[in-house]
Amino acid sequence: MQLYGALLLLPAAVLLTMFAYLPTVTTLISSLYLPGFRGAPAEFVGLENYRLLFDDPTFWKVARNNLLYALGTIPTSIALALAMALFVNARLPGRGLVRMAYFTPTILPMIAAANIWMFFYAPQIGLFNKLLGALGFSGVNWLGDPAVALYSVMAMSVWKEAGFFMIFYLAALQAMPPELKEASDLEGTSRWSFFWRVTFPLLMPTTLFVLINALINAVRVVDHLFILTKGGPNNATNLLLYYVYENAFAFFDRTMAATITVVILLTLAIIATLKFTLLDRRTHYQ
Amino acid sequence: MSTLSSFSPGTAHRFRTWLSLETIAAWLLALIWIFPLLYALWAAFHPSEYMVRFALFAPLTLDNVANAWAQAPFARYYLNTFALVTGVVIGQFVVCTLAAFAFARFPIPGKNALFLLVLIQLFIFPEVLIVENYRMVSELGLINTLTGVGLPYVASAFGIFLLRQTFKTIPQELEDAARIEGCGWLEILWKVYVPLAKPTYLAYGLVSVSHHWNNFLWPLVVTNSVESRPLTVGLGIFSAPETGVNWATISAATLLSIAPLLVAFLLFQRQFVQSFLRAGIR
Repeated sequence: MQLYGALLLLPAAVLLTMFAYLPTVTTLISSLYLPGFRGAPAEFVGLENYRLLFDDPTFWKVARNNLLYALGTIPTSIALALAMALFVNARLPGRGLVRMAYFTPTILPMIAAANIWMFFYAPQIGLFNKLLGALGFSGVNWLGDPAVALYSVMAMSVWKEAGFFMIFYLAALQAMPPELKEASDLEGTSRWSFFWRVTFPLLMPTTLFVLINALINAVRVVDHLFILTKGGPNNATNLLLYYVYENAFAFFDRTMAATITVVILLTLAIIATLKFTLLDRRTHYQ
Repeated sequence: MSTLSSFSPGTAHRFRTWLSLETIAAWLLALIWIFPLLYALWAAFHPSEYMVRFALFAPLTLDNVANAWAQAPFARYYLNTFALVTGVVIGQFVVCTLAAFAFARFPIPGKNALFLLVLIQLFIFPEVLIVENYRMVSELGLINTLTGVGLPYVASAFGIFLLRQTFKTIPQELEDAARIEGCGWLEILWKVYVPLAKPTYLAYGLVSVSHHWNNFLWPLVVTNSVESRPLTVGLGIFSAPETGVNWATISAATLLSIAPLLVAFLLFQRQFVQSFLRAGIR
């Protein structure tokens, strides 16, 4: 029995080792070495690579961008997702259509979404600037102005994500016992205080779940940068994973890429700890 | 509006719900949310001089689609994406089913610790470990192959988790009955567990298909030729600003690459939403 069970696990174990555990370990190791030149063996340098990384102002800029990106997109997406779910959960003419409109961006590839938003953001011919022009304003360089570009990227991310989070709120709302609403109607509770006193606290597990997912996505999804800005101008929209990509495949500095990857892995570890402590207290795996 | 003329209390009420602030807000938000896609449709099927001129009777055209199709090997990209997605989903189904079955029904020493180890992969994705995974795939000689694009995703913690959950809900009696009939382990898995877990396979399959149809960063790194590039990477290269392809054509290409998934979604909306939900609540 035990042997049979182990055999069943084998394919998954081999693949997970190859593409998750082993790479994690080798990433850690290569962040501690400097590669040797012309076939010379790699040299162990301890935390030297981290010192180099922390002395690199670009790294701090990118890390700050990523933090800002998370702080900007996550609360906005969550608030919008909740509003969407409340809209769609209520009696609303054309509810199916509205729900579809909210959810559709979710199933588009990030690359396609970025292509479409490029039509809005482009400096001369973009729709946003044409509209501003028609209203008599001068155009904004949405993706070229370092002060604006990150916010433009964030706006697109919010558009892409909110509808996905909506469905989790919607499911939670639909699972809520109607007696709560009836009771509060009898008491004459205003809708505003019903929302803040009853609905919102009851949705807390959903909010936490969505928050964890949003945090992961803020670290993991950088596809849109390839189309919109390539991390520019002057790294104003660069995010950690994109910076890893640049280091590894544009600057061919694998060591630096590994070192930044460790930073990302640490961030993910914090998110995972958050998930397992905050979220799974109530859920049981067994 | 015609309801104004017959102003009975009932219609007045209905009229109020129609025009409530919330309804307006909900619809406004919906319009904003769907607008980018509608705009892409507009741009794809009109001549480029109508990109920012919205004339109701602007001439429709298929030229942009034809141009996009002619300027990049989209047929090949379709084939690649299709093969990739099929391969990944089949691989995931097989590998995750076996592992989930083991976790659900077999006495393995240290099972819980092993399962937690598997769950770690919910946070460490192949694209995060892009540097070392690239090295691994090139050591296997799989750079620029669809296998190289798909293989890191085959053992999915997520799939193992979902299927294990489902298998655990299947009553032991069914398994015992099958054993009395003389079924071996694999037969029990195939004839009892897999059929009863069909909804989970559907949900996981849909989520996986849309994820891999849309995946970009890892395929971009691993592929370097038309023969192995999936649609997203093809589209990304085609529409990079420096290629100078005109926008109407890019718009058409964008729609081309999202069309199958979008149409499937519009047809099977409920299943899609249900799947994302089911798969999301882990």
